[in-house]
Amino acid sequence: MDAFTTHTGTVAPLRRSAVDTDQIIPAEYLKRITRTGFEDGLFVAWRTNEPDFVLNKPEFADASILVAGPDFGTGSSREHAVWALMDGGFRVVISSRFADIFKNNSTKAGLLTVVLPQAEVEALWAAAEADPTTQVTVDLVAKQITYGDTTVPFEADDYTRWRLLEGLDDVGLTERHLADVEAYEARRPAWLPTALPARPA
Amino acid sequence: MPKTLAEKVYDAHVVRSTPGEPDLLYIDLHLVHEVTSPQAFDGLRAAGRTVRRPDLTMATEDHNVPTLDILAPIADPVSRAQVEALRRNAAEFGIRLAPMGDRDQGIVHVIGPQLGLTQPGMTIVCGDSHTSTHGAFGALAFGIGTSEVEHVLATQTLPQYRPKQMAVTVEGELAPGVSAKDIILAVIAQIGTNGAAGHVIEYRGSAIEALSMEARMTICNMSIEAGARAGLIAPDRTTFEFLRGRPHAPEGAEWEAAVEHWSTLRTDEGAVFDTEVVLDASTLTPFVTWGTNPGQGLPISGRVPDPAEMADEGERRAAEQALAYMGLTPGTPLTEIEVDTVFLGSCTNGRIEDLRVAAEMLRGKKIDPGTRMLVVPGSVGVKNQAEAEGLDRVFVEAGAEWRGAGCSMCLGMNPDQLKPGERSASTSNRNFQGRQGKGGRTHLVSPSVAAATALTGRLTAPADLIGA
Repeated sequence: MDAFTTHTGTVAPLRRSAVDTDQIIPAEYLKRITRTGFEDGLFVAWRTNEPDFVLNKPEFADASILVAGPDFGTGSSREHAVWALMDGGFRVVISSRFADIFKNNSTKAGLLTVVLPQAEVEALWAAAEADPTTQVTVDLVAKQITYGDTTVPFEADDYTRWRLLEGLDDVGLTERHLADVEAYEARRPAWLPTALPARPA
Repeated sequence: MPKTLAEKVYDAHVVRSTPGEPDLLYIDLHLVHEVTSPQAFDGLRAAGRTVRRPDLTMATEDHNVPTLDILAPIADPVSRAQVEALRRNAAEFGIRLAPMGDRDQGIVHVIGPQLGLTQPGMTIVCGDSHTSTHGAFGALAFGIGTSEVEHVLATQTLPQYRPKQMAVTVEGELAPGVSAKDIILAVIAQIGTNGAAGHVIEYRGSAIEALSMEARMTICNMSIEAGARAGLIAPDRTTFEFLRGRPHAPEGAEWEAAVEHWSTLRTDEGAVFDTEVVLDASTLTPFVTWGTNPGQGLPISGRVPDPAEMADEGERRAAEQALAYMGLTPGTPLTEIEVDTVFLGSCTNGRIEDLRVAAEMLRGKKIDPGTRMLVVPGSVGVKNQAEAEGLDRVFVEAGAEWRGAGCSMCLGMNPDQLKPGERSASTSNRNFQGRQGKGGRTHLVSPSVAAATALTGRLTAPADLIGA
């Protein structure tokens, strides 16, 4: 995973609530077995059917910070949604509330999700719409967002922040504790099922 | 200190707990399907890792599976390549796979319980948000992303933060024609599509205790549609009787030991929930969705809502966008909405009891000639059982299509899809834009509303058919 420390870019104001992962990337794109190259599926239905969709506007085409309405990333657990956003050039998503699995997937893949109060989301929307070239800096070290004269602090739990700052992979971290895993396995009850060997119906 | 059921299961699986870090949880069963696993297996190979516990891992093919010509190679080369990747990975890493054509094949959340691999008190994960289904057995079961799939394959554990606890209490008796699906659609409409974010939901109360295992699975299945991390129900005699004699259920002395342990899996008196929601089952009526998220639902006797009457600006804008997509006019009675397709199936409502309920309503009748009805059993096991009971003939004689097992029209990954502008009544779990095919419009319903709708060609409550 790439480390995330600080990022400066422009904002795409996505004035929609409850954006589900089927909208971020539809199921037909999930047939691929690669981990990259999903940018063609990113918001494809809205990009195709809605000329006014924010990412169809040239002034927002190069945005790298997506600012969305509440409940972003609901629905399917597809991590492809995170990959598609990153393949589409986004490094940060800001919303007043995320769906749990999406938020979790983001931290695994190096996409920063930032929770801000809805009023701060509205302020970012207004700033980006007034001037799409507004440069916004998201600083995970200082846990703050700055643009123009505005500075907005945000919360980030220390552990997730550390992992993102260092670009650490969870599997490697867990492998340091294999002795604990083995000890746990030794005390699992005997009746717990195993899929192997297969038993006949 | 008194604990909730979910806390008991969580605490029993903590491998390691250190302040300032997520807990490391042991995973008792990892279910795998073709869509969210190939990149995880690639990650293992790239790092030279193996699957730590192939014996606690079970794979099947479901999302891409065509429900016609199930024994022929998949025509779509991209789908075929994905299924073939799973077959190679299962063989290479020594994982049991139920491929297309196998008697154990089916939707991943149908086969776990069917095989008896899903048991009370377990932790169960799958790269699929509807893993919450298994919570019906009193398991802590949740969906994960592909990076986490790789983590579980490699270590049989997951770093987790302790969830918040929500109680959804449903007391009273359901009226005839009202089902588990209506309970969960009503819950989601009440708390919203992400209203349970950060929480595990425990469903409790006399109306929940009265439900069959199939009905409990329907409820837990859609916990994610309320934004919950998981949903579960305390195991009881209904649970034990469902499991007894299943292929992977314990036997003999182990069965006795297991039942003794399972009987302790209840929320303690005095345990504290962070959030509580209460519903009266006796006031519930069949529910349908009118919009493009599962929280946009109403009793079927209602009318398409008017966004102009919504006070909250975000809610109003979402409703306007939904109605534009759905092609609906505010004020239209929901029972006047005509559908092209009825889909009976999915991990929400593709089990034997769902098929029985619909078949009883269709027996000796003909569906509306302008309506197509797909009946898709959730697994080969369900299909075989239904055929042994003659349900397939009931559906076919009524004019419905009887298909092979798979995810089918729940999501647009296989040939069963809506065409642009087509409208369905669907027993699945998501009415998102394009979910059942590009431009398709979905109304979520229960199996009995699906059957009633197939008979009339418009959204119909079962009670309205009496005397018709």
